[in-house]
Amino acid sequence: MSSFPTSIPIRLEYRNVTMRFADRGGQGALTAVQGVRFAVRDGEVVSLIGPSGCGKSTLLNIGSGLMAPSEGAALVDGAPVAGPNVHVAFMLQKDLLLPWRTVAENAMFGVEIQGVPATERRRRAANLLAQFNLAEFSDHYPHQLSGGMRQRVALARTLAVDPHVLLLDEPFSAVDAQTRMALQRDLAQTLSRAQKTALLITHDLFEAVTLSDRVLVMSRRPGAIIDEIAIDVPGRDDPIGRRADPKVAAYVARLMDRLDIAHAPLERQPAEGDA
Amino acid sequence: MKPGGDSSMRRGAGASLALLVFFLAAWEWGPEALGIPSFIVPPLSTVGAEFVHAFKFDHLLLHTGVTIGEVLAGFVLGSLLGAFVGYLLGMSPAAELALSPYILALQIAPKVAFAPLFILWMGFTVYPKILVAILIVFFPVMVNVLTALRTIDPDLINLARAFTATRAQIFWKIEFPTSMPPMFAGLRIGATLAVVGVVVGELVGGNVGLGYLLTFGEGQANTPLVFVSIVMLTLVGGIAYLGVILVERRVLHYLPARGIGGNL
Repeated sequence: MSSFPTSIPIRLEYRNVTMRFADRGGQGALTAVQGVRFAVRDGEVVSLIGPSGCGKSTLLNIGSGLMAPSEGAALVDGAPVAGPNVHVAFMLQKDLLLPWRTVAENAMFGVEIQGVPATERRRRAANLLAQFNLAEFSDHYPHQLSGGMRQRVALARTLAVDPHVLLLDEPFSAVDAQTRMALQRDLAQTLSRAQKTALLITHDLFEAVTLSDRVLVMSRRPGAIIDEIAIDVPGRDDPIGRRADPKVAAYVARLMDRLDIAHAPLERQPAEGDA
Repeated sequence: MKPGGDSSMRRGAGASLALLVFFLAAWEWGPEALGIPSFIVPPLSTVGAEFVHAFKFDHLLLHTGVTIGEVLAGFVLGSLLGAFVGYLLGMSPAAELALSPYILALQIAPKVAFAPLFILWMGFTVYPKILVAILIVFFPVMVNVLTALRTIDPDLINLARAFTATRAQIFWKIEFPTSMPPMFAGLRIGATLAVVGVVVGELVGGNVGLGYLLTFGEGQANTPLVFVSIVMLTLVGGIAYLGVILVERRVLHYLPARGIGGNL
């Protein structure tokens, strides 16, 4: 089904992960995700789509070790995730750049925390910033950059720690459509070149299809995986070119159908990120 | 960068200067023109003469120096204490919950009312004045630091945690720098309030300082001396405020530029 045969080692795995939160009233529990299981192989990019509040962000928090699941476990390189670790890095819709740090210093934030020597972290930051055409902005402060540039700095910060697994939570949903396409291209090229493993949460069905090797569809709360679609379109490092492939529209149509978007009631949804 | 830019700024400065000239002229000739006796509002030249007299015979420099010293000591100690307690409470919600009613009560109590009490305790020394200043500077700094820590984006903390940050790293790399802009807002308020605290202390008891000179002038019905004291006190407060702004500009250099009047 997937272009990734079983001979390739698994980088990230969710084993029967269930997450319950105490209800606001204190009585009973709210099940955010229920029995989620899937694996992401080395170098594979998998997207996770689903309705708002289905627990996508919860899965990401569990994968990065910020939350412990009620049942089951997340595993990175076969070892259960017991807390934040250096093998996983995440990136959110918000760039979370520190206003008192320059672009270069922001890109170095993660490696600095992880105790990488100063010369090495400067080298890594310089490389990544050059890769994202930000070299000349190294000494600028975040408020001097556009939204797209800021998000690229955030991506550089995520990649600088050289993680085995990248967890991306709607990384480009706050930028305009054109910038988003450029960022998607940069991300796709970087992931492909560095052979990185990534789990991408998105609401953008085209983004899911064009950037991924595989798309997982989640149900309404309690979130569970209800479908899995391998994207059999060449050129994962070229999402803009991939967009033109007629198969992409068919995949998107299937995702819309699975999400029941045409018939979804317009109810008030909890804001994404709450879950 | 900013709309208007240089020319509008120059026009603003010019108008400001014109206003000053007008004010000084009104002070000099206004009272006489309106028939106000000089023991009510002495004209500028009389106050100027009194300034020279006070400088020569009333130890104006000594009084000013003592007041500056007290303001400085009260401001520095009050700020440090306020920041320290702010960080402490900010990092421990339990401590904040336990202490907040008492902090609130102490904040509501008019701090200057403590001046006579402190003088009873410590006599006619500089210490009661410094203590009032400490008390009065403490709150704006503490409250601003505490609020800054309370309103940090939790995702920012999570980002640092996901990068395996320790508690100390989260404090030094995120919480402490985030608290800087609000803390400086508190310090600006504190700088001017420190002068108020010190002056009230000096008014209540003592024989040195600009507050004392103020009551001394009042006792002699020497209105020009009262004016001289008020002007000197304003100058001390202004210098303290300016000092904070200069340090703030260095520390918060990364913020978008803004005029000195933009954030008074």
